[in-house]
Amino acid sequence: MAESTDRRPVVIVDDIHVEYQVLATGKKATAADTKRSLGQRRRQMRTVHALKGVSFVAYEQDSIGVIGSNGSGKSTLMRAITGLTPTSKGEIWASARPSMLGVGAALIKDLSGARNVILGGLALGFTKSEIEALYDEIVDFSGIRKFIDLPMRTYSSGMTARLKFAIATVKDHEILIVDEALAVGDQAFRRRSEKRIREIRDNAGTVFLVSHSMSSIRDTCNRVIWIEKGVLKMDGDPDEVIAAYEANQR
Amino acid sequence: MPATTHDPEALGLTRVGGRPPLFVYLKEVIKRRDFIYSLAKFRIEAENQRNRLGLGWVLLKPLLNAAVFGLVFGTLMKSRQSTPDFLEFLLIGVFLFEFFSGSLGAGAKAITSNQALVQSLSFPRMSLPVSVVTQKFIQLVPTLGLLMLILIVMGHRPTFTWLLIVPLALLFYAFCLGMALVVARLTVHIRDLSNLIPFFTRFIFYTTGIFFSFDVRFATHPELVAAVHYQPVYAFLTLGRSILLDSSPIYDVNPQLWWIVSGWATGLLLVGIVFFWRAEERYGRVN
Repeated sequence: MAESTDRRPVVIVDDIHVEYQVLATGKKATAADTKRSLGQRRRQMRTVHALKGVSFVAYEQDSIGVIGSNGSGKSTLMRAITGLTPTSKGEIWASARPSMLGVGAALIKDLSGARNVILGGLALGFTKSEIEALYDEIVDFSGIRKFIDLPMRTYSSGMTARLKFAIATVKDHEILIVDEALAVGDQAFRRRSEKRIREIRDNAGTVFLVSHSMSSIRDTCNRVIWIEKGVLKMDGDPDEVIAAYEANQR
Repeated sequence: MPATTHDPEALGLTRVGGRPPLFVYLKEVIKRRDFIYSLAKFRIEAENQRNRLGLGWVLLKPLLNAAVFGLVFGTLMKSRQSTPDFLEFLLIGVFLFEFFSGSLGAGAKAITSNQALVQSLSFPRMSLPVSVVTQKFIQLVPTLGLLMLILIVMGHRPTFTWLLIVPLALLFYAFCLGMALVVARLTVHIRDLSNLIPFFTRFIFYTTGIFFSFDVRFATHPELVAAVHYQPVYAFLTLGRSILLDSSPIYDVNPQLWWIVSGWATGLLLVGIVFFWRAEERYGRVN
């Protein structure tokens, strides 16, 4: 990575650890719970060490693929980068608040797609007039104008995913995290969304792409990070890292 | 790590995940006002979207509620004879209390039932409880209009005093918002609390004098009547009744009540804001 130091670093992840206190029932205990129930419930407490000292630096216009087997800590790492999950040790620095490509949770299934475009845009931080100006662009990109007045609960999963992707990517994210979003949608939409990701990257943005699809990582990323059991196992050229990862999977 | 990255601040980077200072935070919340208001409005729409009567339910629900209470307490109990304008007394109480209990119940779930949203987008979390109470407030406004209409139909003459219902409603909004902010954080720490909220609400309901008048029932214990004035929900309801009704000395406006409700509203709102803000980072934790 020494040759890339002339580019500006946008995300610095400095030796971060993330630990969860989990009740063995599957429910995570909050700090208040822990204090109150130390005596009788300690046996049920388990600490899950999801990330154990991960460090790396992302530069502008980097498009970083994040790979690893299920439960390796990929999503935890991404949530920590966005600041949604607090780290128990280590620090994360960023030039702008990184955002997850995940507007889905803000939408209301009982409302029409049109209403949800507005609501999703507002949730992303647009003002009402901004999102109204972007409305047509979003609907055209999603390619579901015909159904935009129907309640979202009547959409197929592919249509829902397209609408969500269209809403989420309309914002010019400086640092964008895409978590398994490209796996849905048909061929044509997949090509368009990969193109959109490259556009974001070319606008001096930085993209993290979490995926199990090695082909879409090869197509969009210039660098790959491999996380295994909470540890950064490899970081570098996509072909090399993917080859090592696939050899390990067998 | 390359040498240049040892001093992130020099590169113009900021730390991720810190809690902004209170005033910066509040500014961010205000910036999200479009989101807060639209979320409130759209939720009302979504709630009624599958019903044939649609938004008519916003008015129908409190009306049916009042009809049940009127039937039960107005005919079975003796309150009716002893309290002047009992039906009006009851309606005002039920309508205003509905806003309080709705805000409290939904406020308690504002964060816990939106975990997915909190974990996927970064915005000031205070937007969620504010949106929930705003939603209940949007539902309260037409209810109050309906209430005045009923009062006129029942033969009450509207006066300029009725306009005082506007500042009262705004103070009530501030009070319920403060309450919602407190419980929204508490339920994040202790989930079980959301199971207790309905009992708390019911306790307040029965001790606030929705369907009986403290002045009439405890006429022989003036010190008890004086003490209950400091119970905030009682103070709001009594003030509401004295603004809209004037048929009996029990509806005479007690100016002291304005001080009590203003004190509760500003005090609880301030406490709620600070209390909620102090835990901003932890709302995103995976449970």
